[in-house]
Amino acid sequence: MTTQTHVHTSAEEVHALAHRKRSGKDIAVLVGGIIGMAVIVIYCLAPFYWMIVSSLRLPTMGRSTDFIPNPVSFANYAGVFDPSNNFGRAIINSIIVSTVVTVLTLLFGILAAYALARLRFRFKGAVLAIIIACSMFPGITLLIPLFKLFTGSYPWFPLNWMNTYQALIIPSLSFGLPLCVWNLTAFFRQLPVELEQAAMVDGCTPGQAFVRVILPLAAPGIFTTAIITFIAVWNEFLIALTFATRSDMYTATVAISKFTGQYGFDTPWGSIMAAGVLLTVPLIILVLVFQRRIVAGLTAGGVK
Amino acid sequence: MLVIALVVGFPILFSVRESLFASSSGVDPTTGVLQSGEHFAGLSNFTDIFSNPTLVVGVWGSMDRLVNAFINTTFFTVVCVVAETIIGVAMAVIMSKAFRGRGLVRAAILVPWAIPTIVSAKMWALIFDANGVANKLLGQNILWLADNSYSQWAVIVADVWKTAPFIGLLTLAGLQTIPDEVYEAARVDGASGWQQFTRITLPLVQPALVVAVLFRTLDTMRMFDLPFGMIGPGKYSVETLSMFAYFENNALRYGPAAAYSIVLFLYIVLVAFLFVKLLGADVVGDPEAKAMAEARKRRKVAARQAKAEGRPVPKPVRSTITSGDSPS
Repeated sequence: MTTQTHVHTSAEEVHALAHRKRSGKDIAVLVGGIIGMAVIVIYCLAPFYWMIVSSLRLPTMGRSTDFIPNPVSFANYAGVFDPSNNFGRAIINSIIVSTVVTVLTLLFGILAAYALARLRFRFKGAVLAIIIACSMFPGITLLIPLFKLFTGSYPWFPLNWMNTYQALIIPSLSFGLPLCVWNLTAFFRQLPVELEQAAMVDGCTPGQAFVRVILPLAAPGIFTTAIITFIAVWNEFLIALTFATRSDMYTATVAISKFTGQYGFDTPWGSIMAAGVLLTVPLIILVLVFQRRIVAGLTAGGVK
Repeated sequence: MLVIALVVGFPILFSVRESLFASSSGVDPTTGVLQSGEHFAGLSNFTDIFSNPTLVVGVWGSMDRLVNAFINTTFFTVVCVVAETIIGVAMAVIMSKAFRGRGLVRAAILVPWAIPTIVSAKMWALIFDANGVANKLLGQNILWLADNSYSQWAVIVADVWKTAPFIGLLTLAGLQTIPDEVYEAARVDGASGWQQFTRITLPLVQPALVVAVLFRTLDTMRMFDLPFGMIGPGKYSVETLSMFAYFENNALRYGPAAAYSIVLFLYIVLVAFLFVKLLGADVVGDPEAKAMAEARKRRKVAARQAKAEGRPVPKPVRSTITSGDSPS
């Protein structure tokens, strides 16, 4: 830029201007920053590294403290899928529950969030406050009556829903829905209302304007919300632990906590860590691929 | 617009209704539901806490199991949230100063967030095993998982590890909205680095931070999977209110279990209320809702003045569409 506007500046001067001398303080800040970042990365990844390393040991060396597995073995991964653990089934359960919850919350959440972002009505603040409060309810407060309900303790609800998918899915909506509505409201609010107005000037009904103009534009936000909801449901533990008491209905998180392994009474650390890696790696790949969007979604929604 | 209101208002009401029902049914057993096999218990589930204590020995000495769980929950919450906030803010400051490699750090920071809590519980259980790597690195032989005060610290470390990066992420987003000019002006005025941090960074990032801390506080208060997965059931030194209520529920003692969960619920409501009142946490964060509330207040004041002066009360102007910003 300088070369074009200041004709009289020589190339050397430009060079000198571009490379301002770095003072000692600048270098200190730079080095400090690099060290700080290295500390953060190590802080975040070291325990995860330990999990991977432990999963790669021989099953008999579960508690070894060598920093590099020797020899490297995948026997633990085979052990994870030992029929006695039912882990494959648990993963399928997790996928079913997470997917259904995500789809359901998106169906309701998109409409609710759109209304919250666009319409002006009384008690809107109150509705928003209620939604955010719902996501902060302690899960256990909801679970106790639901447990009673699903075990058929109430005379007006004679079905026994324990160990069914609906018992896992419906309580998960209680935290998935507020999360989803909250995130999406933030996304819809970012889209200018002029878009719909323009669409309506062009002859769209409000419904058409929503479907044809707003939905495609909000697709990235909806997608991000879907991922965040999916991860939240996938990581859920308390609900699954309460309502799945048969091992073929365990979700993956519950299965991992009930691992016994095939090597007697000693805790099968190797298999547990291998299962943990298997549970986590898909999430981490998702997160890394979409990290920009997820960060934007988390900060825009302000939802933990 | 009416069509949208109909199509969209219904799901809102539906979701609100659903959530309300779920929560209010939580109150039912404690307020006493008359049904077969159960009698109206009134508040006896609550009074039992005081008149009929089940003594357990945790870290805090011999006391009622509920009181023990209550103190554990409070202790975990305070220590974890303070540590998370300090580490998280430090991370955010470091990341905001960084020129290169921010993407890498952000990716690394998302890893603890994405790991399922129960997996991280198992992972830390292995790390803190008596023959594990934590003892090896520290050169100690501490029984971290053996139901003592060390196990509390093990849980705290695991929780802070998982959530501090998250606070860092949210704080970083807040930091990035602060324009560089503010810092430049401060430098010109001769402010030191620490002064810049305490006088500019913290106050400007405070709204984002307070909300993040509020959410983390409430989340830590209902902590369940971490102590459950790491230390195990029936360990009183780490038993939280959520865990206690869960065990009672598993023992089919619904009444006490519900009572304990209500104690936790009220506790959480109280803390949230204090946060909003004392620290002014703007949880809802909707400029329009705020503007509407202010407009209502103004109308009220105007109406009162009008009445006092004997003028006719001005009619409020109504509108239903919004452009996203707050015209009032």
